[in-house]
Amino acid sequence: MKSILVIGNGMVGYKFCEKFVAKKTSENFKITVFGEEPRPAYDRVHLSEFFENGDAKALEMAPRSWYEENNIELITNERVTDIHRASKTITTINEKTFSYDYLVLATGSSAFVPSIKGVEKEGVFVYRTIEDLEGMMAYADQLKKTNPEAKAAVLGGGLLGLEAAKAVMDMGLEPHVVEFASKLMPRQLDTRGSSVLKNKLESMGIHIHLSKATNKILGENAITGMEFGEYDKINVDMLVVSAGIRPRDELGKTCGLEMGTRGGIVVNKKMQTSDPEIFAIGEVALYNNMIYGLVAPGYEMADVAVDQILGTSETLMTEDIDMSTKLKLIGVDVASFGEPFMPVEKGYSIIFENKTKDLYKRINVSHDGKKLLGGILIGDASDYNMFHQIYLNGLPIPEDAEELILGARGEGGSSFGSAMDIPDAAQVCSCESVTKGAICSSITEGGCNSLADVISKTKVTTGCGGCKPMVVDLVNETLKSLGKEVKETICEHFAYTRQELFGIIKVKQLKTFDEAIDTCGKGDGCEICKPLVASIFASLYNDTANKEEVIQDSNDKFLANIQRNGTYSVVPRIPGGEITPDKLIVIGQVGKKYNLYTKITGGQRIDLFGAQLNDLPAIWKELIDAGFESGHAYGKSLRTVKSCVGSSWCRYGMDDSVGFAIELENRYKGLRSPHKFKGGVSACIRECAEARGKDFGIIAVEGGWNLYVGGNGGATPRHAQLLAEQIDNETVIKYLDRFFMYYIRTAAPLMRTSTWLDKLEGGIEQLKKIVIDDSLNIVKELETEMQSLVDAYQCEWKQAIENDDMVSRFQHFVNSEATDDNIVFVPMREQKQPAAWN
Amino acid sequence: MDTILNKYSTVKESDVKVWFKTAEVNKFAKNGGVCVKYKDLQIAVFNFERRNKWYACQNLSPEKKENVLSRGMIGDDKGIPKVACPLHKKTFSLETGENLNGDLAPIATYPVKIEGNFVYIGFSE
Repeated sequence: MKSILVIGNGMVGYKFCEKFVAKKTSENFKITVFGEEPRPAYDRVHLSEFFENGDAKALEMAPRSWYEENNIELITNERVTDIHRASKTITTINEKTFSYDYLVLATGSSAFVPSIKGVEKEGVFVYRTIEDLEGMMAYADQLKKTNPEAKAAVLGGGLLGLEAAKAVMDMGLEPHVVEFASKLMPRQLDTRGSSVLKNKLESMGIHIHLSKATNKILGENAITGMEFGEYDKINVDMLVVSAGIRPRDELGKTCGLEMGTRGGIVVNKKMQTSDPEIFAIGEVALYNNMIYGLVAPGYEMADVAVDQILGTSETLMTEDIDMSTKLKLIGVDVASFGEPFMPVEKGYSIIFENKTKDLYKRINVSHDGKKLLGGILIGDASDYNMFHQIYLNGLPIPEDAEELILGARGEGGSSFGSAMDIPDAAQVCSCESVTKGAICSSITEGGCNSLADVISKTKVTTGCGGCKPMVVDLVNETLKSLGKEVKETICEHFAYTRQELFGIIKVKQLKTFDEAIDTCGKGDGCEICKPLVASIFASLYNDTANKEEVIQDSNDKFLANIQRNGTYSVVPRIPGGEITPDKLIVIGQVGKKYNLYTKITGGQRIDLFGAQLNDLPAIWKELIDAGFESGHAYGKSLRTVKSCVGSSWCRYGMDDSVGFAIELENRYKGLRSPHKFKGGVSACIRECAEARGKDFGIIAVEGGWNLYVGGNGGATPRHAQLLAEQIDNETVIKYLDRFFMYYIRTAAPLMRTSTWLDKLEGGIEQLKKIVIDDSLNIVKELETEMQSLVDAYQCEWKQAIENDDMVSRFQHFVNSEATDDNIVFVPMREQKQPAAWN
Repeated sequence: MDTILNKYSTVKESDVKVWFKTAEVNKFAKNGGVCVKYKDLQIAVFNFERRNKWYACQNLSPEKKENVLSRGMIGDDKGIPKVACPLHKKTFSLETGENLNGDLAPIATYPVKIEGNFVYIGFSE
């Protein structure tokens, strides 16, 4: 039995172990891994996710038990201090000695901290480990207690620096990025691309300071600012240094291995150091006189070292290492591949820039116009995977190379071939080294039947995840070529689209979930199909959410919106935003009595937060007694119809917008639909109700109302499109009835009207034909269906509190009157909020 | 915060020392969940009528440490009975407690028995 010691338990050290034990001939070796951090290896690439979920375990490459199962000894919290090459042993900080046949150095790198005066001050951090993050979070919490407007700077505007900027922004600090160079991400972006990125980041509230050489950190004990020149400084309360990496090469130095002049342990193509029994991989290894700070080359090095030690293959490290990278930085797509900057002697560049949309695309093409040599994409990197494959495989490009970026503009269309055109040998996932051939044959020969199968078999997409869109295409295309249907079915229980299921339930007059799943589904249902079937029942029969409450989405089940700490919010309906002083007083009294946090919503009504489940019926009883009704803020249903004050008060108003908004809100209240929907009514073209940002918007003009449909705010804001002009109140209602009913019948689950309208073949013109010209001969049916839903309306909160059985579901415990004692609130601006998630 | 999580650990039927009497069967919604209080523990109990089975697990979501799993929706994942947390729809096997759509730590499960129209949950202490 030969002994391998792996020093370093980071991503690359872990990958070495994983690849090693996967080989058949590995049985004759015993692996021992040393990690100086307390935890097993974790995914440093996605470190900033630690803020979002605070879950260190979720980042783990593999749990501790994995090492045991694979007979690997994992020793954490134990730094290796010396290598004795003559005796082939190492010693650790606790003076333990281990001997080796092969030694693998995967010690990685540490953050490079420039020698700036004052850099040792309190409040200065590096961004590297989970412990660093925890330190930053604790410090930020302290800062915010005394100063809610505290600022944090990040030194370094590279990849990692911008990630760190997102981290401090998520901590609630005002983020500042300080970069020595004259552009952001100087290694990956050109000046123009960098300036597009800078504009975008600034619009998101990140302050960017370029060409700044920091010469001093200000402050007594703790940092208070940074000084660049005599009169040039900024005030900040925290600093995160992210100015690059330094290889952790001290072990190599002390045992006399050959080192690079600026650090790093020199390795050859076999990943051997100057001592053939010692290997170095990852960010500590100096290969081709370069340190590679990306995961993919590190994984490839691990692969080479495994094969070299096992002696089973002649695997050597690639000569040209691909440094292409794509990532989402703070929600902005940034990608750089091949040769991002173009020396004139090699080729020419084609550049597309749209400043209003923060888009920048640059491709570099060889002089003969036949090869794609590299490029940069900012704002929209959806073409990255295809470009990257064209570049890596030297695939042919259109005669007119500009089609590559110009043809791909707009609605996601591509001017070049499908993912199936790339050669089988092309590497699609560089983190896990999975080729296109391996992905496709896992389906054609390996028995995989879905994306999930392919992922679990090949590990594709499990590294950085950047290849996912292309993998989805490949999987779908391959399944299709085998004649396997790729249908957007609801879930494993119903092999239908929502529209198909809607039709079946309607024709067969199915009334309960069990009837539905026993008639046209299988299994027991799940959190996807149950609420969907409930929504179809509601749209067909106008059942309230009290009927069969166990299939309602959990917000519908309790007729309230669950909040961060498991408490609920209460939103009474205030149609059109019109409310009397007396009713306002009632809301105030209820809020005070039950100690609720109150806020005005974007839909012109009032939200009361922090109600415990068992208090909901009593709260609603008081509201209903005062004349309020459910606001359905928890449902996929009509929310509000927002209005401007209109002609009753406004000197510009052309019609009674409030009155009409109230009428419409009362007409459609309680109506269940594929997604929430909202309306707005403005009394003149100044559009104070922002009606065109709603699913339906009505604007008073000379001679009637203009009716717009299919708008929304949200992640992809859309203006509603004009459906009809200068129509009277009655016609507005008629067209709206038809529009809604048709949407409810045909939309996919959780699809807003804007997306639905986009996908409707023929778009708004087709909708006009259906709704106005009755091209499908269904408008009478649609109107009748809508009227029966309107007539069947009842307030579901009133229904719930008048029925003892229904009230009992709001009890926290079935066997005790006690309430959940785990709920903790903390004070905030004279009100309260849930204590932070840990 | 982890101390709350540590209060819960799976009890096998063979390790039951206390069968705790909770409430009448009709207090438990069919194909839904309710929460039971036992000492300082909160246990989610599901009456999975479609399978004619009862399941119990910790009420605490291991993701966000809120007591909400009893309010989640039940169903199956390729035949495995499961509950979906109402906060972010993380799903857990009701048989083994395993997180079916992520890498969260498994939740603790407890045996349930029905006797004389009452629902009992088994605890080891």
